[in-house]
Amino acid sequence: MNMITCECGHKNKEGTVLCEACGKPLNQNEAADGTNGSSLLNMRYDGSARRSQTYNRTWIDKIWNFFSSVKVGVWLIVLTLIASAIGTIFPQEMYIPSNVDPAAHYEDQYGILGKIYYQLGFHKLFSSWWYMVLLAMIGISIIIASIDRFVPLYKTLKHQKPKRHEQFMKKQRIFGQTEGTDIDIDLFKNQLKKQRFKIKEENGHIVAEKNRFARWGPYVNHIGLIIFLLGALLRFLPMMYTDDFIWVREGETAVVNGTDGKYYIKNKDFILDTYDEDDQRFKEALEKNGSPVPKNFQTNAVIYERTDPIVAGKEPELKEIKEAQARVNHPIKFGGYALYQASYQQDEFKSLTLKVHDKGNEDKDYGQFTVDLSEPKAEYNLDSGFKVAIEQYYPEYKMDSGEPVSKSKYPRNPAFVFKVYPPGNNSDPEVSFVGIGANIDATGENKYKLGLVNFDVRDVTGLTVRKDRTLPILALGGIIFMIGVMQGMYWNHRRIWLQPRKNGVWIAGHTNKNWFALRREITKVIDSTGITEPKDQQEMKG
Amino acid sequence: MKEKTFKKKRKRLIFRAVLLVVMAGLVVFAIFSSRNDDKQVIAKGEKAPNFQLEKFGSDGETLALEDLKGKGVMINFWATYCPPCKEEMPYFEQVYSKYKDKGVEFVTVNLDSTDLVVQKFINKYQLSFPVLRDKSGEVMDLYNVDNLPATLFVNKDGEIVDKVIGELTLDKLEGYLKEITPED
Repeated sequence: MNMITCECGHKNKEGTVLCEACGKPLNQNEAADGTNGSSLLNMRYDGSARRSQTYNRTWIDKIWNFFSSVKVGVWLIVLTLIASAIGTIFPQEMYIPSNVDPAAHYEDQYGILGKIYYQLGFHKLFSSWWYMVLLAMIGISIIIASIDRFVPLYKTLKHQKPKRHEQFMKKQRIFGQTEGTDIDIDLFKNQLKKQRFKIKEENGHIVAEKNRFARWGPYVNHIGLIIFLLGALLRFLPMMYTDDFIWVREGETAVVNGTDGKYYIKNKDFILDTYDEDDQRFKEALEKNGSPVPKNFQTNAVIYERTDPIVAGKEPELKEIKEAQARVNHPIKFGGYALYQASYQQDEFKSLTLKVHDKGNEDKDYGQFTVDLSEPKAEYNLDSGFKVAIEQYYPEYKMDSGEPVSKSKYPRNPAFVFKVYPPGNNSDPEVSFVGIGANIDATGENKYKLGLVNFDVRDVTGLTVRKDRTLPILALGGIIFMIGVMQGMYWNHRRIWLQPRKNGVWIAGHTNKNWFALRREITKVIDSTGITEPKDQQEMKG
Repeated sequence: MKEKTFKKKRKRLIFRAVLLVVMAGLVVFAIFSSRNDDKQVIAKGEKAPNFQLEKFGSDGETLALEDLKGKGVMINFWATYCPPCKEEMPYFEQVYSKYKDKGVEFVTVNLDSTDLVVQKFINKYQLSFPVLRDKSGEVMDLYNVDNLPATLFVNKDGEIVDKVIGELTLDKLEGYLKEITPED
């Protein structure tokens, strides 16, 4: 290591701008005379040597130095901001319809730009590997740049001596010379103490300092950011973070997705309240809206925990752990999970009640039967001796090239092919097709007809399953971040130097911000001491 | 002095190297985790996770994948409302008894919710292999199956040899089945 020996005898590390002991600008250094071309000293990091700028021997040092640069850090942030902005031009993948192929969708909707967007991975930007690399590089840059600056600055500020080089004094922004012998140093010191300055003295040289801790604000701030980033990283661990969704039908018990089969939920009742259309207060707004506006939707549920060893698909043994309601913003909480009311579907068919009657005469009634749509029976025997058998059942019926098929397993549009057996075993059955709003006589020769008497519906609730153990970590990061911000914003590091001269004294002052307040304090502390008010050299120039 | 600076430099190099390695590790972890974020994909070469389901029409008899150790297993996810599933069902029936004799079991997991519908389907296609019911879709979730049909071919060691999304042809089916036939 090359050492630079200052004229005061102190050995400084290579890269030092201002001598650590006396503050004299070290001209031998590449960083010129510490003034950056102005007549004032550049007091950044108090002129200490940033090690990254001098040690550059191995490739580890080279990586280190790359990240240590503030310029690199700023560029990384700018790049991330640009990428984030581009990510908002077209919708992210999670917001496009789920039944389309994203590759084709982006090109269809947005043309060639959409295609490029997709190929570069902007469609799921926030989990794309290169976006994460950018974020990670910002994190690394924050850590390394902080270490590289904090350590030398801390050492320099800890070891500063009251006695400073002439040039150091002269080139401070606030500087004043007083000639005369009539100077009351004790009063000066007392008044400094009143302003809560800490005083260090050496042969009549004085450095008075306050709020040095404000200098650590940015570093505290960075610690907060890093904790926050770590918290965000931990979200990738399933044990720390879960985000899933379930649909549960009224009366149904379903496994809670995302809990690895450990918890089950029973939907006892789904409730939807709408605003009263006759209420004078809302009438006008509701009329404008046209359709009812929900006031509250909630699920009354029972939560169970599985007590037997978990094997997917195996009938579970359940133990009730709680009964609760999920409303918007009022989740059901259990075992670290929270169930949020997120969505609903109303009026899914639950059962149909039908009657057999004479074709052409609805009053001639041969009896009714009710079909449970999730568990229909194969046959229904009516008291009148009629028998109705289900030949086919289509839960969500549609026609597909002339043939009835079901679109899904949910009874959203149930339809049946029934065989109707009149009393007496020898007769052939009549075939009819019955659906919602459809009743087709297959042969056209039926004597009997099936008519819909009634139906039951049920609601389906949609719940978001969320577990987030990273929140306390994110909160901690946020709090530390804010402490750092306050530390750096509301307090300023202020220093006043006094140097005895043959005839009189020199006074100099420095702060990282709020020069006006510093000058006001100086005015107070030199009051009646015989020291002349120092000048703001930067203001004079302007 | 020389000795001291040398030691200091060494210490600094080690400090920097360790910190960089730790941070690089975190980054790799984050990227790796986010890649897997779309659920751990049940892929080729992995162990087929165990499940236990009720056999259709058996009055409570269950079948667990673990019970089939030592045999090749074809797991097929299907539903009556899935048109391509209907297309490939006859192929399964066609080769079922041939491969059963060679030590390959067919495990078909049905995702309908209504027993009657499944029963009508089985009758119509005259299926003789076991049909398991996954009414809650739990096993489908476990295997990360989103689209039907999906077919997995598991060898006698319980490893997934192939995963096919979509309809199989008879040729392809036999090709995959040969791969998982235990040699004797």
